[in-house]
Order: sequence, then structure tokens, then C-alpha cells
Amino acid sequence: MSFHPLMPYGGQGFQRSERTLMAEGEAFAFTPERAARLEEICGRYPPERRKSAVLAALYLVQEQQPYITASAMRHVADFLRITPAEVEDVATYYVMFFKAPVGQYVLQVCRTLSCALAGAERVAEALSEKIGVPVGGTDPSGMFTLLEFECLGACDRAPVVMVNNEHWHERATPDSCAKLVDDLRARGVEALSGCHLHVERR
Amino acid sequence: MEPVLTKYVREPNSFTLDFYLKHDGYTALKQALGTQPNDVIEIVKASGLRGRGGAGFPTGMKWQFVDKKIEPRYIACNADESEPGTFKDHVLMERYPHLLFEGCLIGCWAIGAKVAYIYIRGEFYHVQKVMEAELAKAYAQGYAGRNILGSGWDCDIVIHRGAGAYEAGEETALIESLEGKRAQPRIKPPFPALSGLYNKPTAVNNVETLCNLPAIVLNGAEWFAKLGPEKNGGPKLYCVSGHVKRPGVYEASMNTTLREIIFDRAGGIRDGHQLKAVIPGGSSVPILLPDQLDVPASFDSVQKAGSMLGSAGIIVMDETTCMVWAAMNLMHFYKHESCGKCTPCREGGDWLWKILSRIERGEGQMRDLDLLVSVSNNIAGKTLCAFGDAEATPPLTTLKHFRAEYEAHIREGRCTVPAEWRARTAVAAAH
Ligand SMILES: Cc1cc2nc3c(=O)[nH]c(=O)nc-3n(C[C@H](O)[C@H](O)[C@H](O)COP(=O)(O)O)c2cc1C
Ligand code: SF4
Ligand code: FES
Repeated sequence: MSFHPLMPYGGQGFQRSERTLMAEGEAFAFTPERAARLEEICGRYPPERRKSAVLAALYLVQEQQPYITASAMRHVADFLRITPAEVEDVATYYVMFFKAPVGQYVLQVCRTLSCALAGAERVAEALSEKIGVPVGGTDPSGMFTLLEFECLGACDRAPVVMVNNEHWHERATPDSCAKLVDDLRARGVEALSGCHLHVERR
Repeated sequence: MEPVLTKYVREPNSFTLDFYLKHDGYTALKQALGTQPNDVIEIVKASGLRGRGGAGFPTGMKWQFVDKKIEPRYIACNADESEPGTFKDHVLMERYPHLLFEGCLIGCWAIGAKVAYIYIRGEFYHVQKVMEAELAKAYAQGYAGRNILGSGWDCDIVIHRGAGAYEAGEETALIESLEGKRAQPRIKPPFPALSGLYNKPTAVNNVETLCNLPAIVLNGAEWFAKLGPEKNGGPKLYCVSGHVKRPGVYEASMNTTLREIIFDRAGGIRDGHQLKAVIPGGSSVPILLPDQLDVPASFDSVQKAGSMLGSAGIIVMDETTCMVWAAMNLMHFYKHESCGKCTPCREGGDWLWKILSRIERGEGQMRDLDLLVSVSNNIAGKTLCAFGDAEATPPLTTLKHFRAEYEAHIREGRCTVPAEWRARTAVAAAH
């Protein structure tokens, strides 16, 4: 059966579940400082609503190790007194949680219309060529992962590249990409332009 | 119009508490705390303030609906700002966060809430860090937290980081996400005003909406209403991106026409090119053609012109833009961001993207055009949230205005916008 009479439902190209199964990983526990920080965050919600802190908890996992593992999800579940399934449900939904190993620098190129009108597709191509992996890939040295992202909310500074969920590089051009990659290697995230709204930091 | 919201945003250190206090900061809160909550709601109602998040629903009315018999109540500030082409809340939060804090507190006072949760998209972490530092200062100096301004009234502001989901901007999905779940909408009714966060009465308000409150309290409802056309009062932020000379955020009254915003404020189309199409309110709204821009950029006038003001994200495209490609690009966004709760949206979006992609590659057939219309119409109006209508828009609106371009792709088996002119190869000049 098909929801639409003209659809080749079940045929080639049919949308299939892409359910992610997370690797078990090593035993995980928050460091005492992170546990204290998370406990403080839990206090911002009603006592019986610790679950509200699950996104914060998963960010803290990602601060402590490169990606989310099944062991980490179980620890988060214990901490928040919810079930591991509830944590997995959330971890697999949001795109800013990494479900598999990623490089030291995750380059997230905005591909939505305003950025694409300013050449984002070529920026992604140039980065891919420089790093030597397709979009979605991590280079063999484990230094870079290249991802595409949807609109980052800075379309006046298109094309925008985000690094590690946090640092921004605006007005990327295909020509500047090779230099950007080299600079990241040499100087880390300091090499990025940052958000143009931080006028004091120029 | 003298800017109201963005007057100071380009000045150094405008984000700090010191700067804010030097420019009348928190005086509106003081005034509001001396006014009965119900009277604050009446002032906001009289001002005619309409929500800046997309739907343009009157804010005072929304607050009136909040069930005042049930405790606790909440404000959930929508700082998810994920609609493609929209970047106005970003400026306000980064450059003038205390305005938002003051707006949140006035809102909480009006509806009797003790906490405002600011749900900020995960990608704005650099903004969040600035805001958290400033919020700590506001707490330390008695502008938030316990016994605010010595009034004996307590109210907390909590900044909550999202993690990359457009759908988290939908008000009930935002509430789900705040509760630590997937950002998937709830069935309405009940509306959040009766049963929202933790099943308690909740007002969901956009950042720009809340930022208007201090000025309304200080200058009065009439002043606010008179800034714009009837029922479209107040200052408005417009985000202009795409093929213009000076992309950016511009503040204007809603008397200003779309043409004035694009040509006078944003500098017009880059040199040597002509305007082809404008998306006036974020990627979810229908396209306007160059001859449809002489209308005031107000909620009502843009709707009369056949589109919507939405989030006021104005995306401008010149003649180098292939409209099949543009529709395909946006459809990638929608298929990626669908929360997956309803079948038409989840499955249909993916199919629309596949059909658009094969037409764009030159492998389409004429019957694909009817298929696009049919699939789109089987999504729009048949889903749980307004995402479905938004998702059906790019194919329907491009087909409506640029059908010949689709047909040429199919007939010639290739993209018909000259290769060296393709939008994808054009990098906008810096300014
Ligand atoms: C799919 C979808 C995404 C939305 N995204 C946002 C958003 O990012 N920011 C926002 O303020 N409103 C967004 N909205 C609108 C909200 O649902 C809601 O109407 C708004 O936050 C109410 O605030 P306002 O009355 O102040 O505009 C979105 C709606 C839908 C259907
Ligand atoms: S219309 Fe789409 S985004 Fe909205 S609830 Fe349904 S599946 Fe989710
Ligand atoms: S389209 Fe790239 S930041 Fe909005």
C-alpha cells in the first residue's frame, strides 16, 4: 500500500529507517566537576523534572569524550533517573550529538538557501577536496570531519561554517578553504573569523 | 523611523549591564512592577503588539488566555531562530541581551510566572555564553532572581540550549524539547496557554516580541500602535540575505515597503544583475515577483500580496538563480528537518526532494510536474503542525511562477540557467 497512488512505495529509493545503534564504548562516568555542573543545571527545573537536563547532560558527555556511546547514555539515564531508552530517543534525534567517532575538528558547512546562493556548495566541495574526504567523512589522521548543516541563523554572512558545534567562520569562500584548513591545523579555532557581532573582539 | 530595538547594537559593549543601565535599562521593569499585572496585559493588548515569531498572533490576547488559576505558570521564550533566512533574534541576544531579560521579566510579571525559560538554538552557543555572563550580573545586582529591584517579587530566567532541530521552534515541540524529549509537536488543543510546559499554563513568545515590551511600558500603547499601519504597530526587524549589496538586519516601521527595504536599506541587487524573485518571510512562505514589492512590509499587506511576513527573513534572488535548484535546496532543508511524526510530511518531503533533484539533473519527465503538485497538496493542511504547509510551499510557489523553467529543464535534459551564471558558483561580494 502506498500513501500516494503514484508512489513506487517499497521500490528503489524508498525512504528507509536509518536507525542508529550506538557503540557500547568504554565504561563512562562524569568527572566530579561535570557531575557537579550537571547537578546545578538540574536545579533549574522542578525537582521531579530532572529529565529537562538531558540535552545539557549529553553536551557534557560530548565535552568529556568525542561522541555519545551506549555506556555514556546509561550513565546519563542513571544520573537523571530516567530510562536509557529515553536518553537514546533524544540522543538520536538532535543533529548536534555525534553518534559515531568524529575528528578533532568537525566542520559544519551551512548548505541552506542564503548560503547556497553565496556559493556554499562550492565551499563544501573545496573543503572536501582539501581534506580528502566526502561530506560525512573523517580524514585518516582523525583531524577533520566534514558535515553539511542547515541554516545557522547568520545568512547575512553567507556562507557560514561552524566548527565543533560552537565556533563560527563567516563569509567562507572556496578559495579561502584550503587556508582555513591549514590555519586550523596550525592555530586551532583561533583561526576562525568568529561571529561578526562580537565587535569588541576584532 | 528612529530605531527602537537596534538603536545601540552597533556600539561597543552594548551587551553589558553597565551600558544597558546607562540607557534607561530596567526602568520599564520598575514601572511595570508598580502596575497591576492585569493592567500590563491591557497595555500590551492596546498596543496591538503581534508576535514576531511567524504567525503574528496578538501577544496581549495570548497572555489573556493563560489560565491564571493554575500555578505555576511559565514563559517560554522562543529563541530557536531556525527559519532559513532569519537572523534578527541573533542580533538582539548578542548585542542587547538585557533587553530580552527585561522583556521576559515584564512578561512573567504580567502573567504571574516565576520562571522564564529562554530556549536558544544550540548553534548560538557563542551568544549563550555572553548571555549567561550578563544574566549572572543581572542576578548579582538585583535585576533578576530574588526580591527584584527591592519589590519583594522573585523571578528566575533560565537559558536552555537546544541541540539542532528546526522543529524545536514550533511552540509545542519547543515545550517537549524543554521537557527533555524529542522536539515533536503535541496535538492542539489544549494550547500551551492552558497546558504547556510540565502541563502548566505557558506563554510561548518570540525573542523580538518580548524585546518590544520595555518600550511599550515606557512610551505607552498609543505610541507603539502609531509607529506602523493599523494593527501592525511597532518597530520591526527585517533580515535581508541573498543577492543584495548589503545583507543584514534592518529595523523599520511596517509602513516601509518591501522594495524600500531591499533597495534603499539593503542596497539593491548586486551590480550588473536584475531581481528575479523574493521570499519575503523566511523559506516557508510563497515567492513574490519583482512587480509585487510595492506593498508595506506588514503582516496584513504582505498577506494581501499573496505571501506572508512570517519571520521577516527576506531572501533575494537575482536572474542567475535556477528556481528548480532553489526549490530543491529548500526541500533538502524540509526533508532533513521533518520531525517524522506525521506520514505525509515525513515521507512526502523526501519524495518531493527526490523528484526535484531528478528534474534539476535533467532526468525529469513532464508528468513529474503534476506529481509535485499532487504530493505537495497531499502534505499541506494534512499534518499536525504548520511545517507541512511550509514544506509544500517551495515546489508549489516555484511551479506557479516559473513553470516554464521546469519544462525547459525537462525538455532539454539539463539545467537551463547558463552554467557560468549558476547561482551556486557566485560568491557575494564582501561589504
Ligand atoms: C515549523 C515551525 C518552526 C517555527 N520556528 C520558530 C522559530 O524558530 N522561532 C520563533 O520565534 N517561532 C517559530 N515558530 C512559531 C512558533 O510556533 C510560535 O508561533 C511563536 O514562537 C510564538 O511567538 P510569538 O507569538 O511571539 O510570535 C515556528 C513554527 C513552526 C510551525
Ligand atoms: S508536519 Fe512534519 S514537522 Fe510537523 S509534526 Fe508532522 S512530521 Fe513533524
Ligand atoms: S542559510 Fe546559511 S546561515 Fe542561513
